Amino acid sequence: MRAADGTPLKVSIARAMRRNRLLALGLIAPLFFFILFSFIVPIVDMSLRSIDNSVVPGVLPNTTAALRDWDGEGLPPEATFAALAADINAGRESREIGKVATRLNYEVSGMRGTIMGTARKIARIEEGPYKEALIEANKDWGETETWLLLKRLSDPYTFGYYLNAVDMRFDSVGNVVAQPEFRQIYVNLFIRTLWMSLLITGLTILLGYPIAHLMATLPLRYSNLLMILVLLPFWTSLLVRTTAWIVMLQSEGVINSLMVWIGLIANDARPQLVHNKIGTIIAMTHILLPFMVLPLYSVMKTIPPSYMRAARSLGANQLTAFVRVYMPQTMAGVGAGCILVFILAIGYYITPELVGGTSGTLISNLIAYHMQQSLNWSLAAALGVILLGTVAALYFIYNRIVGIDNMKLG
Amino acid sequence: MVRGEFLTMLGPSGSGKTTCLMMLAGFEAATHGEILLNGRPINNVPPHKRGIGMVFQNYALFPHMTVAENLAFPLQVRRMGRAEAEEKVKRALSMVRLDSFGNRRPAQLSGGQQQRVAVARSLVFEPDLVLMDEPLGALDKNLREEMQFEIKHIHESLGVSVVYVTHDQSEALTMSNRIAVFDDGIIQQLASPPTLYERPENAFVAAFIGENNKLTGRITHVNGQSCTVDLDSGGTVQALAVNIGGIGERTTLSLRPERVLINPPADKYPNAFEAKVEELIYLGDHIRTRINFAGNDQFVVKVPNAQGHVVINEGGAVRVGWAMEDCRALDA
Repeated sequence: MRAADGTPLKVSIARAMRRNRLLALGLIAPLFFFILFSFIVPIVDMSLRSIDNSVVPGVLPNTTAALRDWDGEGLPPEATFAALAADINAGRESREIGKVATRLNYEVSGMRGTIMGTARKIARIEEGPYKEALIEANKDWGETETWLLLKRLSDPYTFGYYLNAVDMRFDSVGNVVAQPEFRQIYVNLFIRTLWMSLLITGLTILLGYPIAHLMATLPLRYSNLLMILVLLPFWTSLLVRTTAWIVMLQSEGVINSLMVWIGLIANDARPQLVHNKIGTIIAMTHILLPFMVLPLYSVMKTIPPSYMRAARSLGANQLTAFVRVYMPQTMAGVGAGCILVFILAIGYYITPELVGGTSGTLISNLIAYHMQQSLNWSLAAALGVILLGTVAALYFIYNRIVGIDNMKLG
Repeated sequence: MVRGEFLTMLGPSGSGKTTCLMMLAGFEAATHGEILLNGRPINNVPPHKRGIGMVFQNYALFPHMTVAENLAFPLQVRRMGRAEAEEKVKRALSMVRLDSFGNRRPAQLSGGQQQRVAVARSLVFEPDLVLMDEPLGALDKNLREEMQFEIKHIHESLGVSVVYVTHDQSEALTMSNRIAVFDDGIIQQLASPPTLYERPENAFVAAFIGENNKLTGRITHVNGQSCTVDLDSGGTVQALAVNIGGIGERTTLSLRPERVLINPPADKYPNAFEAKVEELIYLGDHIRTRINFAGNDQFVVKVPNAQGHVVINEGGAVRVGWAMEDCRALDA
């Protein structure tokens, strides 16, 4: 078959289709590149940081090369000491030595002083034997463990940060051992993040389901008003809402004063409602409630009242009809709301930071701490990857049980 | 309403027939008057205790249950034993010829099959009365006709009473024992289909059921059963006095197109007019002929396509006539 201009129809159609395809690609290209550079590239870069260990081999190249043949018994030979002296000297001049000091300090507290102290004195060590001179400069160089640490960190990749993120570490000979008790914080924080997110998700279902049902069944005039009330928090800044909760919940705040006024509690026994878990749970439940209500509402809106009527006409009372006919049909909305609220809650940062105190903070607050205060980005990245992995795993399980195709977001 | 009857509520949309049905089912409260079921007032009985089956316009099959579960639902809420319920579900499915479809979801069925499941579900708990709210509205024409017969047969074989709502008059005529014609929330006429078609009691029923030639005029003379009417468009007609006021009052005459004869034998009918043929539409079994007589150009005559029927031409002149009894003088 041929088109009007004589070219075969197949070719002519393919040409027309190609033009459309290119146009479509051109239209999505801006979004694609935006996502690529603002989302995918940073995530991949940060994830790689969690196994990145290039500082020591990068700044101390001669030392790591020399240590490769060392058997780990006693002290390394003189040549290794000479290499270290040269590396530290070069690192001091290029001002890179501080990075090594920080990196070693993550592993063993006090190593920063060892490295920086040596670096200050390295200019005076002009010739060998370097072994005695370095031990003279800092006695840590006479310890086998210091050298074992350097040897262990001479590999450009490490899983050490992941071990740290689950409260474990490599000991001096490279075995995986648990962190000392007082440094075990991450696993507990992960567990707390999970159960608090689950609790918040459950609370939003309990509070959101009746509201969504009302909105879907009331006459338009009232349901619009309700919708505005639900959406109003959406239009207010997150910070304003969170600080408003501090005002409400603090010990001299609205709720406590009200309870004292009506005589529910004694004036000197005001409960602590904020800067702890309770504060985080209350504020986050309120803030995440619309994410439950809206998918529920959109699903309930599509359920015609005739189903309930049919169930009633078939002999079911109001409750049976609701439980057996209405509720199963809203499960798609419940599933969507749950996954939205849970995933948002598990990574929530600002609200727990402001109202959480110490007992109500979540894992994201610690990630932020490592990004901003301790500047241990690799540990932050490892924690982040574990969090991402947890969410992905839960999503996978959810998909297996509920089926993501059954989910309705609107 | 008699036990075992098939009663249809027919009327244009907004005429109150669905509201009336919802009051029977218990979803709307009656502002006054009493609803009796088996002589027992049910105004204050909640819907689930009325024991009235109902088929909804969009079927309202529960999408999260299989067909069998849908049918078992009314039995389960009545706490019927599992074995007995299964037996009844099976019987109901075979009644609507869907024996092998028990494990399907409603979404996997065609419109007609869903319709049959809805009917089966409304009957499976053996109610005395089944309400059907335009159950065939969503089906295409052929399927609708097929389902009309099927519902009629189920009704006949089970002997259940049915109240059926529709706005489709041919559906109403096909299925019903009696039809209640609704307009403006009031039953205009409650009668059997032949009575309704042949002896409508007011102008609304005459116009709503079937095709109808409407002539308006003023009564000049009443003589027992018959009356004489001067048409507004000119001419005088003898008509059957059905629902009229006194002499000088206005009236609407109703005349079925198939009761008008072309070139009738002279002097046989009191009504005979010269007319002009305006338009012919060939419809196979009959020819729809629009004629103009006495300034009324919307007058329709159905000429049956029988052997040796009169040959008429567009623009030609014909004589038309009809019997006095076929022209009913109704309210204005």
